[in-house]
Amino acid sequence: MFHIHCPYCEELREEEEFHPKGQAHIARPADPEACSDEAWGDYLFFRDNPRGIHHELWVHAIGCRKFFNITRNTVTYEILETYKMGEQPAITAESLASTEKLAGVQVAGGGQQTVGASDSAVKDSRGAKV
Amino acid sequence: MSNSVAQNVRTFETHPEATVPAESPLAWSYHHSGRPSASAKSRVVLRERAMLGHLILRGGAIVLDEAVRQVLGFGLPGRPNGLTRDASGERSIQWLSPDEWLVIVPGGEEFALEGKLRKALGEAHYAIVDASGGQTLIELEGEMARELLMKSTPYDVHPDAFPVGKGVTTVFAKATVILRRPDEQRWELVLRRSFADYLYRWILDAGAEYAIGVEA
Amino acid sequence: MTRNAQQSNRLAQGGRIDRARTLSFTFNGKRYSGHAGDTLASALLANGVDIVNRSFKYSRPRGIVAAGAEEPNALVQLGSTEAAQVPNVRATQQALFDGLTAQSTNGWPNVQRDVMSLVGKLGGRFMPPGFYYKTFMAPASMWMTYEKYIRKGAGLGRSPMERDPDSYDHLHQHCDLLVVGAGPAGLSAALTAARSGARVILCDEQEEMGGSLLDSRELLDHQPAAQWAERVVAELAALDNVTLLPRTTANGYHDHHFVTLHERRTEHLGETAPLVDGYRPARSRMHRVRAGQVLLATGAHERPLVYGNNDVPGNLLAGAVSTYIRRYGVVPGNKLVLSTSNDHAYRAALDWNDAGREVVAIVDARKSPDGELVEQARALGIRVIAGSAVLEAKGSNRVNGARVATIDAEAFKVTGQAETLECDTIASSGGYSPVIHLASHTGARPTWNDEILGFVPGLVKGVHAAGSARGLHDLAEGLADGITMASRALDSLGRSAKAIELPQVDARREGAACALYHVPHEKPTLRGPKQFVDLQNDVTAAAIEVATREGFESIEHVKRYTAMGFGTDQGKLGNINGMAIAARCLGKSIPEVGTTVFRPNYTPVTFGAIAGRHCRELFDPERYTALHQWHVEHGAEFEDVGQWKRPWYFPKRVNGKLETLDEAVARECLAVRQGVGVLDASTLGKIDIQGPDAREFLGRVYTNKWAKLAPGRVRYGLMCKDDGMLMDDGTTSCLGENHFLMTTTTGGAAGVMEWLELWHQTEWPELQVYFTSVTDHWATITVTGPEARKLLAEITDIDLDKEQFTFMDWREGKVAEVPARVFRISFTGELAYEINVQANYAMHVWQTLFAHGEKYDLTPYGTETMHVLRAEKGLIIAGQDTDGSVTPEDLGMQWAVGYDKPFAWIGKRALSRPDTRRVDRKQLVGLKPRDPKVVLEEGAQIVLDPDHAIPMPMVGHVTSSYYSAILGHGIALAVVKGGHNRMGETVYLPMVDGQVHEAEIVSNVFYDPKGERQHV
Repeated sequence: MFHIHCPYCEELREEEEFHPKGQAHIARPADPEACSDEAWGDYLFFRDNPRGIHHELWVHAIGCRKFFNITRNTVTYEILETYKMGEQPAITAESLASTEKLAGVQVAGGGQQTVGASDSAVKDSRGAKV
Repeated sequence: MSNSVAQNVRTFETHPEATVPAESPLAWSYHHSGRPSASAKSRVVLRERAMLGHLILRGGAIVLDEAVRQVLGFGLPGRPNGLTRDASGERSIQWLSPDEWLVIVPGGEEFALEGKLRKALGEAHYAIVDASGGQTLIELEGEMARELLMKSTPYDVHPDAFPVGKGVTTVFAKATVILRRPDEQRWELVLRRSFADYLYRWILDAGAEYAIGVEA
Repeated sequence: MTRNAQQSNRLAQGGRIDRARTLSFTFNGKRYSGHAGDTLASALLANGVDIVNRSFKYSRPRGIVAAGAEEPNALVQLGSTEAAQVPNVRATQQALFDGLTAQSTNGWPNVQRDVMSLVGKLGGRFMPPGFYYKTFMAPASMWMTYEKYIRKGAGLGRSPMERDPDSYDHLHQHCDLLVVGAGPAGLSAALTAARSGARVILCDEQEEMGGSLLDSRELLDHQPAAQWAERVVAELAALDNVTLLPRTTANGYHDHHFVTLHERRTEHLGETAPLVDGYRPARSRMHRVRAGQVLLATGAHERPLVYGNNDVPGNLLAGAVSTYIRRYGVVPGNKLVLSTSNDHAYRAALDWNDAGREVVAIVDARKSPDGELVEQARALGIRVIAGSAVLEAKGSNRVNGARVATIDAEAFKVTGQAETLECDTIASSGGYSPVIHLASHTGARPTWNDEILGFVPGLVKGVHAAGSARGLHDLAEGLADGITMASRALDSLGRSAKAIELPQVDARREGAACALYHVPHEKPTLRGPKQFVDLQNDVTAAAIEVATREGFESIEHVKRYTAMGFGTDQGKLGNINGMAIAARCLGKSIPEVGTTVFRPNYTPVTFGAIAGRHCRELFDPERYTALHQWHVEHGAEFEDVGQWKRPWYFPKRVNGKLETLDEAVARECLAVRQGVGVLDASTLGKIDIQGPDAREFLGRVYTNKWAKLAPGRVRYGLMCKDDGMLMDDGTTSCLGENHFLMTTTTGGAAGVMEWLELWHQTEWPELQVYFTSVTDHWATITVTGPEARKLLAEITDIDLDKEQFTFMDWREGKVAEVPARVFRISFTGELAYEINVQANYAMHVWQTLFAHGEKYDLTPYGTETMHVLRAEKGLIIAGQDTDGSVTPEDLGMQWAVGYDKPFAWIGKRALSRPDTRRVDRKQLVGLKPRDPKVVLEEGAQIVLDPDHAIPMPMVGHVTSSYYSAILGHGIALAVVKGGHNRMGETVYLPMVDGQVHEAEIVSNVFYDPKGERQHV
């Protein structure tokens, strides 16, 4: 049972009020007709399953009904931040890794990886769904 | 007042001019589950405030606030999960989401209110939707009302977390309610029509140990 | 009273029981008496009951070992009546009440003489791990038979077969700090937090708060420790910001400091909750606590030593001996031998001596024990045998001796000649294991601490452990630690702790403990007497040794192979010993072997408490329409559609007999086709859409075109996901240029609403549009059939002229004086009007219809008739005829696909994927059984060649099938590979019973193929 901070209600709410909606920052291709079958298939069906930092789309279904994003550690289940639609995550696996590097901490192999909303992926994503 | 098209939206007066019997969403429940009468032993009392006017306002806060102040004489709640009322306490506005508010007024006022608001809002992008037939409001009062809520909702109803003037949409038993606290004595629950009987039965069951009574 | 005389082990004074209140109880059919304040276990011991159970696998006699949640043997079945049965209750946790009735859980037919010992003999002298699998697996088909008897024999308790008279509930709690455990550390922590003003919950699983203070020999502020505990509890009880929950076990620690507490509210009062003011309060309650911070003051479990026949009744934990003497005034024997590795356990011998019974010897594994308690024992003249341990207990139904010898623990060797001491009780202590179960639930790994010879909890952010729970077993240290840890938690909450004064504790010099888990025996482990590690699951040291020899190296595998720490036990007594044995066999250290992790629940939780109020009539919401009362009063049978209760059919009484479903549906169908019927369609999802971009938005989420739909008109639309598969359908009406009313399927309403918001909020926030659910606001009444116009005309002011109000128009006006929107749409293929009125007026409109409808024989119909009528017309039901793998083209609904719409609407791109272009996709067709009496089974598989060898290639399946009264034969909708090009072909449907039905592929429109009737 997660305790989730809704960025619109501005308070922590029980998981029962929310629905998870999968990986965040999946933008619909601007011109679907111009997509190859492979690119379209990627958009439709392929999702990341990282061990560590993951950015997820949730909706406050029994509450304000707003969609928002969560940065969550899939190992510890810790929710590191929640942020509104259209905003960028403040924490990514890369940002965490570089903080740890600065602090002289070695990143454990296979520990913190990310896909989807790594700095570069976020930059690449188009549309409002970031 | 008659139905009209303003902003290319078709308004609709739902109430008949003739006197026609109307049934609140709890009509079946009173018939089927009864209304345990309140007594001196009742530590929770339930009261329905049926047939009120319920409007959903959608739009930007600043624009709506101005129109609402102009028409109703009081403004939107300034914060998320806020609840404001007029001096009589008969009219209230509750924050539901950053672009959504619930306005509750005495029954029959809602159509005229919608018309006035539409007029005041002019060309702005907004929506007003009548929801009066789809929900009803009940009050819970009494020393054990808070514990009854604790049996039912995961939301924290401790006064520190839920002061007067707050309202939230949350889980209640296995359904959804709007829960609000208009003053120190009372809790208000806005029930969806189709879930009202389930919620009524739940509340009677949870309230049995407090000798819950239902006042007409 | 002679009853008291029965309690041969009861001391004349002392303990926290009320000797003035005698309670009578029954165990295994025999009556005994005890006192208020007893547990069932203390009362049994007081009465000298040695055997309380038979063991799970070997069926050996077992007695009480512990005094709390860690008790492995004394599992009982409670209840004097069938309805009151409760399985797997620990006698050590069950407060005694008058009339309590209990039975041993294991040991069919009785504990004294047990047929299951035969099973033990089947396996020979030693029953290896995996015994049941190895012995009973062949023939495989017989396992079910074996299992039934083995389970019955082994006994796992049984559920009541009658309805439980009690009720249960949940309470959602929120606090700043949850303190689990009200022993010394928990009490000092709770007091610290409470005085700071924080919202505090303090729970403790025992009948009384105080934990070890309740039986402690120590003085706090020069008074018995229990008095200090009482003072603190009284202060906490008086504070508004504190919730005290005695008899409440924290059983599960879930994500983000969500902890489930199980409160037993009336189980100490009787087997069903006693009435209070005519009301039966909830018997137990699950507190669902969301805490800001959690402090675990769960204490420690004493570890027994593993030695030969350590399961014979009369073998107890040293601490349990003290608890029974000091808290319950019960001495569980006459002559005690204590086997220990530490100073702390000497208390048991001192307490025993204080009780006036004989301490035969203290056998201490340490070479030269010299702590203060050791000196006290010696001063009392108690024989202390150093460097030694009890190798083996003697006796079968009760201990009658202890074989003792000097040992070399490190070399795992007996070094001296064994001596047999005569005794009836052996208490043992191998040290203390912090109770780390709850901390483990969070996923944090415990770490081994060599200093305390135990695992200390791993802690995630916001969790604190204090006192014994983190290895600080000394009383003064524990009390101080509670304050330190509470202050730390308050700090994290942004609060400052108010100092509390600690009681004065006399410092006591304790000697270091030594590491001893498995006591060596003269014989090798596999040949010596059984040395039990896990008493509840009958796991021996030998079994663990065998497991490691058979190649199981991971402790998780050893656990599963031997069943160590399984079930209700969760490794409370045996886990560390088992790991230590595995480590020794594998030549590793304990931290190298690691520990298994514990799962919720810490102790068993009744299903009642889990279900709470969510049972019976309140199990799940039932959603009703505004017309529900009419339906009930008119005898409707109901169908569940999602959470809605919809009338399924309205059986009539014909010649004194109630119609069957088929009879009623045939009558209802003909009424609609030939006269007029009425349906409560209020459950359809309804969404009000407003905004300048409403029309554009519709064009993007529907497959068809919306650009030109004029106010006053209605259109049917298909909604796909972006994979091109149909997700929902319905009609949408244009109310104004910027205003639409969308309808969805009953089951799809919430999903469609969320879907629209998803696309608006995440992809197209620039579109100016708002969606609001109005499902419950409007009641929808469908009047349909050739007579519908005539009937409706009687009660409406709307011009129903067929030229003025055409098919797929909507109009507003009054129906039965009530303002209404009327939609000329049809799901039956007949002339139809869907009337929307504000739901509060629905009953009036419905009743007015019937008042006028009598002359037309107005017939109410339900969902079954609705299904038949639409199937006759080939109209699909999303979710029945489609399953997420069906495109609009598969349905033959190209007419509802706007291929040339400018925007790439949802689902469009997918329609040009190779897979959706395949010609052999399953396509929607009609099936007409060759035999007119046959109604095909929904879900039946379709084959082209019934003579094909099995497995036959299956080309599709039936999605909907009914008997059509108007056509006089069965009809079905089906999806068939390449079906659109197979019109007129014959297909076959082989059934389970060997019959093969034959059917012709036909158009899915069976009735009125030109669609003339809905336009009349």
